[in-house]
Amino acid sequence: MSGIKDRVAIIGMGCTKFGERWDASSADLMVEAAYEAYEDAGIEGKDIQAAWLGTVASFRTGQPLADALKLDYIPISRVENACATATDAFRNACYAVAAGVYDIVLALGVEKLKDSGFSGLAVPEAPGADVNPPVPPPSQFALAATRYFHEYGIPFDEGKRTLAQIASKNHHNGTMSPKAHFQREVSAEQVANAPMVAWPLGLFDCCGVSDGAAAAIITTPEIAKTFRDDYILVKGLGLSVGAFGIMRNDWDFTHFPESVRASQSAYQEAGISDPRREIDLAMVHDCFTITELIIYEDLGFSPRGQASADVAAGTFTLEGDLPVNTDGGLKCFGHPIGASGIRMIYEVYKQLQGNAGPRQLQKADLGLTHNLGGRPGSFTCSVALFGTRE
Amino acid sequence: MAGIAAFGGYVPRYRLGAATDGWNSRAERAVANFDEDSVSMAVAAGLDCLAGRDRGLIDGLLFATTTPPYAEKGCASIIATALDLRRDIFTADITDVLRAGTTALKQALDSVAAGSARQVLVIASDNRQGAPRGEAERNSGDGAAAFIISRDDVIAEHEGHYNITENMMDVWRSAGDPFVRSWEDRFAIEEGLERILGDAVAGYMERQGISARDVGKLALYAPDGRRHTQLARQLGFAPEQVQDGMFGRLGNTGTAFVPMLLAAALEDAAPGQLVVAASYGDGSDVIGFRAAAHPGNGQGSHGVSGYLNSGRALDSYETYARWRDVWVTDAASRRPQAQSPSVSALWREGDRNIRFYGASCNQCGFVQYPPQRVCVKCQARDDSTPLRLSDRPGRVFTYSMDYLAGTTDTPLVIAVVDFDGGGRALCMVTDRELDEIKIGLPVEMSFRKLRVVNGIHNYYWKAIPRRAAD
Repeated sequence: MSGIKDRVAIIGMGCTKFGERWDASSADLMVEAAYEAYEDAGIEGKDIQAAWLGTVASFRTGQPLADALKLDYIPISRVENACATATDAFRNACYAVAAGVYDIVLALGVEKLKDSGFSGLAVPEAPGADVNPPVPPPSQFALAATRYFHEYGIPFDEGKRTLAQIASKNHHNGTMSPKAHFQREVSAEQVANAPMVAWPLGLFDCCGVSDGAAAAIITTPEIAKTFRDDYILVKGLGLSVGAFGIMRNDWDFTHFPESVRASQSAYQEAGISDPRREIDLAMVHDCFTITELIIYEDLGFSPRGQASADVAAGTFTLEGDLPVNTDGGLKCFGHPIGASGIRMIYEVYKQLQGNAGPRQLQKADLGLTHNLGGRPGSFTCSVALFGTRE
Repeated sequence: MAGIAAFGGYVPRYRLGAATDGWNSRAERAVANFDEDSVSMAVAAGLDCLAGRDRGLIDGLLFATTTPPYAEKGCASIIATALDLRRDIFTADITDVLRAGTTALKQALDSVAAGSARQVLVIASDNRQGAPRGEAERNSGDGAAAFIISRDDVIAEHEGHYNITENMMDVWRSAGDPFVRSWEDRFAIEEGLERILGDAVAGYMERQGISARDVGKLALYAPDGRRHTQLARQLGFAPEQVQDGMFGRLGNTGTAFVPMLLAAALEDAAPGQLVVAASYGDGSDVIGFRAAAHPGNGQGSHGVSGYLNSGRALDSYETYARWRDVWVTDAASRRPQAQSPSVSALWREGDRNIRFYGASCNQCGFVQYPPQRVCVKCQARDDSTPLRLSDRPGRVFTYSMDYLAGTTDTPLVIAVVDFDGGGRALCMVTDRELDEIKIGLPVEMSFRKLRVVNGIHNYYWKAIPRRAAD
């Protein structure tokens, strides 16, 4: 098993403005993201030999990508893997290049959520007996928050304050991201006092529901050298799918095993033994503030039960030891589900190239992205690692 | 000789009463939650009656109500499945008249006496609706009672009956009518209730060769407390002979009313006492039971009085109006439209959804819900034993309170429940007060109606805080 480390490179990326894109159809979003990536890479659509389209709720096939970009007669696959969709589309594209089947491929994630007429997340489900409790995403993660507070003896107000600091940090980062859905400061007090959505999580503990698209052009390192010097290398790709639902009564609800497994396999591939010290920045799946808190521990950034102390110490701010969600995260950049993973890669790519504008980190050589889809007990988690050229 | 081998009751948790904002009566009444109906309450009373007993001995189920959720499609079959009864039993819905409960008792007694069944479960349950602010709304209550009619091991022996059938238009509800209607009160009481019930009780006593003083307890129908007292006096019974009608606490529970009075009378019956049930509606059924040497019920059942004593005041009439769809609120329209449940999936999943079967792995013993082909713990394939979880107590492991989930009682409390003896399920929590929800809360399962889509009443189990006397 040789792994993916240093076998594929990104030579171009694009990302639309995320948000309530009443002005744009899904085709518009795909064109916007893809053409930014073409121009960044210095290629044309006809140079693309194969494509992977990530979308959860917008399309069923890869054809709409061909239709929007007029990619005539090349192979296109639609990939769907819950909130890990875009990263998984990217992952499949990487493997095709690493296998030597193609030279230049496109991975593109898109989601058009705001045409549903519903302000929450409305994703149709397959017909069934329809007896399972309606557990919207906020409640799924609220179950973890309740148990996390209980397990570590964290009083409600204190727990809310910690979560509020995470939201406030991401809002601050979002003010420096011109493409983010939300671009205003929100204080920790505002977060903590916001109306409840799913107790103990309030409105500002939840990420935005947005429209958007993001794209990556992937090739081999050898070909990448012919396009640009600052291409970005893939260092590791981990994917873990949970099997146990909530049926295991020996599971604690305070950690997500899928995140642990996916990160460990990516770390192993990349040769990382001390993620807290070695990784310079991380874009993680902060669908809810509690998710980001638990991710700190699952990815090995904080010891179990210690994430709150690291939040208080400012570890994950732009100025901290390990900045997390430098572009505002799902919280503020927004969460068009099928696009989010590649949006995260876009931020890591820009940071590693030194092109992240006012939020540019001083040291950015190794970056991580993390997506968590599904629900507690049944997550699909992807972790990807990216580095600069040696 | 046929008789009653066990009995049980059910009264919903909530009460409209003095503590209910906007309730215009001093009298209290029991009110079904938004997710309860005659079927779900019947299951609760059936569980109460079956507690600690062998369900495999039940050969038939008769369900009496005037409020069946379906006009075409049996309800007894839903109840029998939820109660995990055998498949080779007979069932029937006996409906449309307030004396259906005693009619069902008589049918069961006849079956058992004839030898066509060993044990028959009889359940009467009703949640009739009066028009907003009207007398029927004030005086009605919701509840259920259940009896096992058996040939052997009876705690109260059948002792005669008398029936009257008379076509009488005093109280009625046409197909499609939401609310009960009635003719002028004086006519209904004098020419209906007093005359017919009087004839029926007198007819029973004459047939049995007894007089009023031979009756230990009379479980007597009446629409309200004043009429109840008046009628009993007219019939020649002293107040201590009349089973407390629980007026001002329970309310008139329709078809279930006399059966609930009978169950309450049996809770306290002295050995050898004659208990007489007298119902009313298009005539009357009068049935007598003589309490055996040890008349009490088995362990583990709440009974009518246990449930009646574990009530909570509903906060406001507005909540009640929302529960009964008298007020249609905006919250209900905010979620995307629900799609019809798949009937083939409902059928396929009957054991897990309606019987609430989990499974215990034969290799490692791990209990899982719903049952899995491949064990969630040891991955053994197709090697497990079904395990009924509906009557297993549990505790809340973690929970959330969801303000956007689109339920009638916002916030929707969602809990991860760990069952005693193993098994974990994600459950909706109902009959709950927000201030009682906590990690470790003892809960039990309750059969409830989730929603009605495409005319399909979709039932499933929810968790409720345990109904010990509050």
